[in-house]
Order: sequence, then structure tokens, then C-alpha cells
Amino acid sequence: MSAPLLEVRGLGKRFSRNGRPVAALNGVSLNVAHCETLALVGPSGSGKSTLGHAILRLIEPDSGGISFEGQDLLALSGGRLRAARARLQMVFQDPQAAFNPRATVAGVIDDPLRIHGIGSRGERPGLIRKLLERVGLSPDLGERAVHEISGGQRQRVAIARAIATRPSLVVLDEAVSALDVSVRGDILTLLADLQREENIAYLFISHDLGVVRAVAHRVAIMDAGRVVEMGEARQVIADPQSATGKALVAAVPRLRCGISTENA
Amino acid sequence: MTPALNIHRLSVTYRRDRQEVEALSGVDLDVGAGEKLAIIGESGSGKSTLALAIAGLLPASAKIAGRIEWPSLGRPPVNGRDIGFVFQDPSASLDPVMAVGEQIAEVARAHRGMNWRQAYALAEELLARVKLPEPAALRKAYPHQLSGGQKQRVAIAAAIAGRPGLLIADEATSALDTIVQRDIVALIRQLVDEDGTSLLFITHDIALASEIANRIAVFRNGQLVEAGATEALVASPQQAYTRLLLQAHLGLEETVR
Repeated sequence: MSAPLLEVRGLGKRFSRNGRPVAALNGVSLNVAHCETLALVGPSGSGKSTLGHAILRLIEPDSGGISFEGQDLLALSGGRLRAARARLQMVFQDPQAAFNPRATVAGVIDDPLRIHGIGSRGERPGLIRKLLERVGLSPDLGERAVHEISGGQRQRVAIARAIATRPSLVVLDEAVSALDVSVRGDILTLLADLQREENIAYLFISHDLGVVRAVAHRVAIMDAGRVVEMGEARQVIADPQSATGKALVAAVPRLRCGISTENA
Repeated sequence: MTPALNIHRLSVTYRRDRQEVEALSGVDLDVGAGEKLAIIGESGSGKSTLALAIAGLLPASAKIAGRIEWPSLGRPPVNGRDIGFVFQDPSASLDPVMAVGEQIAEVARAHRGMNWRQAYALAEELLARVKLPEPAALRKAYPHQLSGGQKQRVAIAAAIAGRPGLLIADEATSALDTIVQRDIVALIRQLVDEDGTSLLFITHDIALASEIANRIAVFRNGQLVEAGATEALVASPQQAYTRLLLQAHLGLEETVR
């Protein structure tokens, strides 16, 4: 069996809130395999986004280790960190907030190509057009400003930017949560296609167990900075063992049809 | 039963970049007394514009055609007394530098003619009613000392402090995690049932709508697509768009894809 793509061991992070230390991460360990989707779910404040940020090295953990593609991620700096970052990308909930509002679509996708030295100045416009097509957008959209396009289109642009550097892992932090349901299905299909064709693993941070059930291979349930349950996604959601898992599953709104289940 | 309000051919047009954008066009809809009606739709459907129009909170620049009538009231509604409003973000609806008890008491003073002592006593009662712990002490707390779910409970207490006949909840649980959402939805349902208040529950989540509402109205691009009793609408939607929303819903039910 090959080594996992991402290995998180005993990760700890404390924040200070009103002068009191709060353990945002309290000894978190998990693995993500190549081409796997691992969902992270939990109530707000459970530490799921903090864990995502630590893996992206947007915050530094206090303790524990992260190994990514066999390297000690926390020890990397300079050019080697930059090289690792090309392989480790992210898509957030609100692409409007993630982009410079005055940037064009092409400019947003050009940034990672330029920063990571992918393609020459003359080659990059062609690469950008290919990436736009890859995520189901018209290449002509490149000239538009990011604030002029729809929310669904913007999230496709965010995905194009994330895959531009050929990552092996993309952290998706509530990446489909703000989308209309009629758009969400297409984005989830796109993510699944990209995973299969480009061999990308996802760390899928979400509050929505319905979406997790549809897209994730495995799920890790977090609460108070710890992983309290982990397993095959459908199995965990069908029969959660932890108190947090049970509460999360019970809280999912159910479509009420036929016989009334009011007050059930 | 006299409906709480009748909406006749309501159209709302905004001006944006010197262009007219029709946010609602020709909407006919009644809300029954004590009815729990969910308004569902995606972004741009006009569902929030409808709520703002009912509450008279549209910007002055908006052009309004059609009528909203309150037959059981016999006069124009007063916000706070006849309509309670709960918004998505409780941090934005609560005054950050006013104790939460005072914010609730202020509504009771303005709309129920109470003095401060009576209004504070009511605030404490309402804090208990929205199931916040230690209401006597919590009355003096400021919004920043509370969690998101606790703040939304305070906002609900303030919204019902004037004993309104209609409570409008506009994406009131969308910013909360699902566990807190479930508790807040149960609380809203309990409060409106106990008081016989009509509820307009605005959401993008059709499953959540089905859990709280007797009737669901589906909006798209400023138009009412269809409205019907919850079970009937979910089990046998008449319009293709409603079917699309139901198909796009990702639940925990075993579904055939």
C-alpha cells in the first residue's frame, strides 16, 4: 500500500479568546489518500476550517505534524514551500471575496500560472482558454471582470485557478455552500470529473451532510477541535456512532412528503 | 378565516445603473391567519423583496405597483407591532452597544405602551421563552457576549415583543450551523403555534421549508411559480421548476440517480 497523500498527526492549535486559551485543534490526526475525497464536518467552532487553514499553511499549528507528498510540510520554506503550494490548492465559499474585484477572469487564472512559472508569457493566454473550457466556461469569458459574472461562473473560475498549477490536493472550504441548488449540482459534477481525470484529492469542508453524502468517500466528524468519528461517508451518515455525528445527522432538514411527520 | 394579508398583482421595480430591474412581477398571494407559509427561491427570485415589500422596508427609489391589504387589521400595519422581522444576520439587526434586555424592552415600550419596569419584566420573560439560560443575568449581556444562535434567539424575542400578527423570518437560520438551525426552527414553530401568529418563512432550502410550513410558495425571477400545501407540493409538484428544485435537493434519503 502506498503512503497517503496527506498525513496529519496530532495537530494542535490554541487561540486566545477574551484572554482565555481555546483549543481550536486538539490532537487531530487523519490521512487523505490520492484521488480521495475526505469530508470534514462539524458544528461551527469545531475546528474544521482551522484544520483546513493549517494544512494550507495559512496558520501555523502549535504542535503535531503534516506530511504532504512525503515531505514535512511544516518544515518547508522559500522555493520548496512555493513548489508544495502549487500542489496544494484551495477554493473558498465566496469567490467574490477571494478575488480582486477589478481583476478580469483571465487575470485571476493568470496569477498562479505566472507565480509558479507555468508557460511563457506567450503561452499563458492559450493555457487560460484551455482552463476556462476545462471548467465548462466559454474562453471568451476571460475578458470579463469577475464581478460581472454569476456566482456559479465565479466558482468555476475559482476552480480553474485552483487546478491551474496541477494540484494533487484541493481544500474546498464550503465551496458550494453559497451556490443556488440548481447550480450546485453542476459544480459537484465538475469537481467529480476533475478528480477522476486529473487525479485530484479533495479535503471537502462542509456543514451540509446531504452534499457530503453525495460526493465524499470518507468523512471525519469534528467537535471541539477533535476528530470524534471517521469512516466511509455513507456508512457514518446512515449509522453515526458519536454523539456529535448523531446530532448532525438528526439536524439535517428532511423533505416532508406524503404522511405528515410533524412533531416527529 | 380572514386572511392576515392579501397580495394583489404586486410588482416591484428597482433602478440600478439607470436600468429598471423588475424584482417582483404581478404576484398574487394570500397569507392566512395563523398560517405558516414558506417562500422558497434561489438568488434573484424576489423572495426577499417580497418580505421587504410586506414590511414596507423597500428603498424609496423602488417602484411599487399592486396592493397589499391587511383585512383583519383595517389599517396600515406598523412594524414591530403588526409585523415582526427576523433577518439572517443577528449581529447586524442587534445594536452592539445596547444590553439585549433593553433592546427587547424597547419594542414592548414602543408598541405595547409599557413602562420600563413592565417592559424589562417582559424582556426577561421573553428571554426565557426563547430558551436562553439565566434570563435575569442575560438581560444585561451585550450581543458580542453571545453566540450566533443565542443572538438569533434574542432577535426572535425582540421580533415577538410587540405581539405581531405576522412574523417574517428571512433566511433566519442560514448563517447558523445545522444543529443550531434545527433548534431555532423548532423554536419559531413553537412560538407561532402558541401565539397563533402567521409566519412567512423565507428560505432557499426546500427541505427546511417543508419541515416548518403548511404551505410553500415557489418563486423564480420575480414570479410566483406555484403555491400549494407542503405535502402536495413536495409529492406532486405541478411546475417543472419545482421539480428541478426537488431533484437538486441532496438529502440523506436513499435516492435513485
